[in-house]
Amino acid sequence: MRVPASWLAELVKVADNATPESLHADFVSVGFEEEDVHVSGVTGPLVIGEVLEYQVEEHSNGKKIRWCQVRTGKDEVRGIVCGAHNFEVGDKVVVTLPGAVLPGDFKIAARSTYGHISDGMIASERELGLGDDHDGIITLARLGLDAEVGADAVALLGLDDFAVELNVTPDRGYAMSMRGLAREYALATKQDFNDPADSVELLPEPNGFKVQVDDKQPIRGKIGSPLFITRLISGVDPKRKSPRWLVSRLKLAGIRSISVIVDVTNYVMLEYGQPLHAYDLDKLQGGITVRRANPGEKLKTLDGQERKLSTEDLLITDDSGAIGLAGVMGGLETEITDNTSNVLLESAVFDSVSIARTARIHKLPSEASKRFARGIDSAVTRVALDRAAKLIAELAGGVAEDFGSVTGSVEEPAAITLPKKFAEKIVGLSYTDAQQQQILQAIGCEVQTASGSEESWSITPPTWRGDLTDKWTLVEEIARVHGYDNIPSELPQSINGRGLTKNQQLRRKSANHLAGFGAVEVLNYPFLSETELGLFGETKDQVMKLANPLDCATPYLRRSLFAGLAGVAHRNLSRGFTTLNIFEIGTVFRPEAGVEYGLSDIPPAATLPDAETLKKLYNSMPPQPLYAGGILLGRRVESSAFNKAQNFDWQDAIAIPVSLGKIINSPITVKQGSAAGFHPGRTAELFAGDGKSIGIAGQAHPDVADFFNIPEGALLWQLDLDALFALANTNPQAKPISTYPATTQDVSLVVAEEVPAGELVEVFSEAAGSLLEEARIVDIYRGEGIAADQKSVLLALRFRADDRTLTAVEATESKMAGVEALTKKYQARIRD
Amino acid sequence: MSDALEISEEAVAKLLSAALDALNEAKTVADLKQLRSTHVGENSPLSRMNASLKDVPQDQRAAAGKIVGQARAKLGQAYAEAENRIAKAESAAKLLKETVDVTTWSPRITQGARHPLTMLQEQAADVFVSMGWEIAEGPELEHEWFNFDSLNFDEDHPARALQDTFFVEPVDQRLLLRTHTSPVQMRSLLSRPLPLYIVAPGKTFRTDELDATHTPVFSQIEGIAIDKNITMAHLKGILLHFAKAMFGEEAKVRLRANYFPFTEPSAEFDLWHPNFKEGPRWIEWGGCGMVHPNLLRSAGIDPEVYQGFAFGMGIERTLMFRADISDMREMIEGDIRFSKQFGVVG
Repeated sequence: MRVPASWLAELVKVADNATPESLHADFVSVGFEEEDVHVSGVTGPLVIGEVLEYQVEEHSNGKKIRWCQVRTGKDEVRGIVCGAHNFEVGDKVVVTLPGAVLPGDFKIAARSTYGHISDGMIASERELGLGDDHDGIITLARLGLDAEVGADAVALLGLDDFAVELNVTPDRGYAMSMRGLAREYALATKQDFNDPADSVELLPEPNGFKVQVDDKQPIRGKIGSPLFITRLISGVDPKRKSPRWLVSRLKLAGIRSISVIVDVTNYVMLEYGQPLHAYDLDKLQGGITVRRANPGEKLKTLDGQERKLSTEDLLITDDSGAIGLAGVMGGLETEITDNTSNVLLESAVFDSVSIARTARIHKLPSEASKRFARGIDSAVTRVALDRAAKLIAELAGGVAEDFGSVTGSVEEPAAITLPKKFAEKIVGLSYTDAQQQQILQAIGCEVQTASGSEESWSITPPTWRGDLTDKWTLVEEIARVHGYDNIPSELPQSINGRGLTKNQQLRRKSANHLAGFGAVEVLNYPFLSETELGLFGETKDQVMKLANPLDCATPYLRRSLFAGLAGVAHRNLSRGFTTLNIFEIGTVFRPEAGVEYGLSDIPPAATLPDAETLKKLYNSMPPQPLYAGGILLGRRVESSAFNKAQNFDWQDAIAIPVSLGKIINSPITVKQGSAAGFHPGRTAELFAGDGKSIGIAGQAHPDVADFFNIPEGALLWQLDLDALFALANTNPQAKPISTYPATTQDVSLVVAEEVPAGELVEVFSEAAGSLLEEARIVDIYRGEGIAADQKSVLLALRFRADDRTLTAVEATESKMAGVEALTKKYQARIRD
Repeated sequence: MSDALEISEEAVAKLLSAALDALNEAKTVADLKQLRSTHVGENSPLSRMNASLKDVPQDQRAAAGKIVGQARAKLGQAYAEAENRIAKAESAAKLLKETVDVTTWSPRITQGARHPLTMLQEQAADVFVSMGWEIAEGPELEHEWFNFDSLNFDEDHPARALQDTFFVEPVDQRLLLRTHTSPVQMRSLLSRPLPLYIVAPGKTFRTDELDATHTPVFSQIEGIAIDKNITMAHLKGILLHFAKAMFGEEAKVRLRANYFPFTEPSAEFDLWHPNFKEGPRWIEWGGCGMVHPNLLRSAGIDPEVYQGFAFGMGIERTLMFRADISDMREMIEGDIRFSKQFGVVG
């Protein structure tokens, strides 16, 4: 909402030296956020001049100009070239002198043109930003103004006026009017406020026009139009021009001048927040019925668009059918035109929810709908109508008639009980009774001592404050008007928390360690395309799909982090980075196939749902585990003076998640695996705890590399962190450290090629028993001496006992136990 | 055997002096070796003199023995010193030969980095954890009741329209990507005992196209404190404490009245700091207020008994003015250069 300063000053005392900044600061102090400042863009010198004489000169380009002598001061006459012809000798005009700046940063200087030095410019309305009229220059007579020659024209034309724009929150409909904002300004500056509504003398109650409100489907139990008033202004001349003050005020308020009648309705809407609508009475067929739209009904609105109506739309209709979308936009058929002479003016109260829905459905956030949706003041519905009727009669001729209608009425606001100590209890600042009373009265409330208790008031909110519905809303008013800055800062008593949960700690540690492993954290969007799903073997029925994605190509919510990682790798590659080690920790969405998630019935607000409903709500969400994943590309070690380059390979993809598992005490084992999107022979499945599959690591499939345009050989890994954390032993028990010496031995085992070496170690270690401290694969040999379908695996073994120095015999026994197990399971034999 | 040597003080001193001079001259282990046979070994004059002591008459033997013995001891010590000196010198020379240009080093341990948005969430949460608050979390895909209804968002509130909120198909199942972290408030009110002091950092989603100041996926941190006597003054105190913890002692906070469905009274809060890049000024930081009684009612809590405050702020925005970032896209594009500027400190 824009507030022209001159208009504000008519309603409340504004300091003479008020600036846009000071007005903003005052409004901010009572809770209105500053948005913008609007100024005319004209800076002086701009003076009134009198045309003393002129000569018409025709130039070679065919253009006729006037070479004028213009008096711009007592002893000051200037030669000015003017292209307009709509003035006579003796006319008073507006002269912009050298040094003036016009809107669009147009600087005026004495300049040479058409063979003369033009010492300034005679201005048109458009050049001054006053209007669109560029038919000629301004003559004061035409504007209905007069002033001394040489007088400052900036103030005379209102070009020194400015408007501050404020953000009005959706609960404060009353602040969508000058009346409402002037009241707030008065509160902010501790001035008296004189309600302009009090000075409007009402016309006799209108009657004789047939209006019926027939709402068969009220929305949420509220009738669409509880109050509907009309009045006729007969015999108007709609072609009359709106006066200067009206046009410039509307312009500052951000509304374009259209015609005198529309301008008046807009002006009164800005003044009182009451939207008005003007019909050409002679085009109406019969009386008016306000009703909901019928299925399939259509309406051509003022903007020329034919709209298919919703059965929730509230309509203004006559005998011919729909003639307006109530409170949102009028119809084209009954619009007032240059030929209108009888204007039927409508001033009504429409239900805010109904209007908001219609404005939303038809994407029509008009000035009217914005006000109805926030709620208007029903107490000035008639005041605004009569004010507008009189103004139209004044400015467009005609007579404000008694003909019209009043249909319905609006209930008085209900009283609220406010304990006198309640504001202090909520705010933590002691307000006196007098302070509270004064504030509540200043915002328009009636304050009475509650019946039956001296400790409480009974507060009746004013008709324009539909947002004041309970004692908490009243506390906000008291605190706001008294000043939020006056509320002290206190710390509450300290409490006994338990710190981070196990998962929260492990999550932080995991992220820090991954960074320590050389990986860089990113945060990817969870939105995927169908192709991206397919690359990793996921189908549409396995994922959640957005109903309204930003990009229609990516409506699916990720089940894994891979696509996002590959995408971000591509972005970095495209920016010239060939070595990447990236990780992400984030939520993935993993619905189970065939399960219907969600809950169609929304439990009511402001009541605790019953236990069964709550359980349903909790269970209505698909699993959303926390995952970690990464991608690696390029060099583990760059080539340099002392190093040969080493590329990342599949072992790095495994090393990162496995190291993470180890460091957070949730050991991970590696098995040959396979997964869509991965190289069929270079993929590891990762397990934790008692064989729970918790991740994948390996080389990306060439199709993945190809699709994301990243090098073949890119490496991916992913872990289900929730699962991994659940298995982490975060309270490890320390064993005594054996200080007896270790014994080392080797063993070479020949096994079939397909036996995974990792399994050999596992089975061997299990069988070798507690004396075996470590078994490590140090070499795998194929070739001479070994059959073609076999391999020889060399294990380095370290044995140690807790309580004695091991003998070689004991170590060998332990080793042979391991070998025996391998022989049994894999027909392994010791290599000769 | 060679000629017998005369054992006299002069003769011994002469031999010792010659031997010591030779030792001082020695530069290498080879020098030492050679010198050993000449001056120290069995055939050296002093050794031979020593061996011939048995031939010295009994009455002079002790004196002669003393002279020779002292000289040999001196020589032995000098020899050991020379040996040590030469070993050190040779070792130093060897090390010098191994010199490399250390400035040609290349990193074999590469440094990763955390994303500053997640680090900032942690840092912010820690301020509250240090006061005894706990961190609460909730799902990113939520039911409409948790995200809107229970938080006093009327069914006709504009935020509930399709154009602001990501809904999941089928829409009549009422699942959406949470538009704020506030559903965590409701989940905490429902599941945790009172009094309740929690912060909830996390990802949030709105249907804003990505540009310099908007991103459809962003993050917030919010706090809620519910007790029997928690006031707006406490809200101000906590926000001020938090601002100082995050930005330094000079930080200031102010409240401006505003409207939010989930609080009454409601306010926006601004942060003031003398070191903001564009000079000391107020910057809009977040929203807050006293928890609306309808939220407490949704959780089955009597608003006449319990009351409290809630506040929330955007992590991206906070990071932007904390770390002088002017374009939102830098934070979300995943360019490794962005995170690397922060390392693991936020």
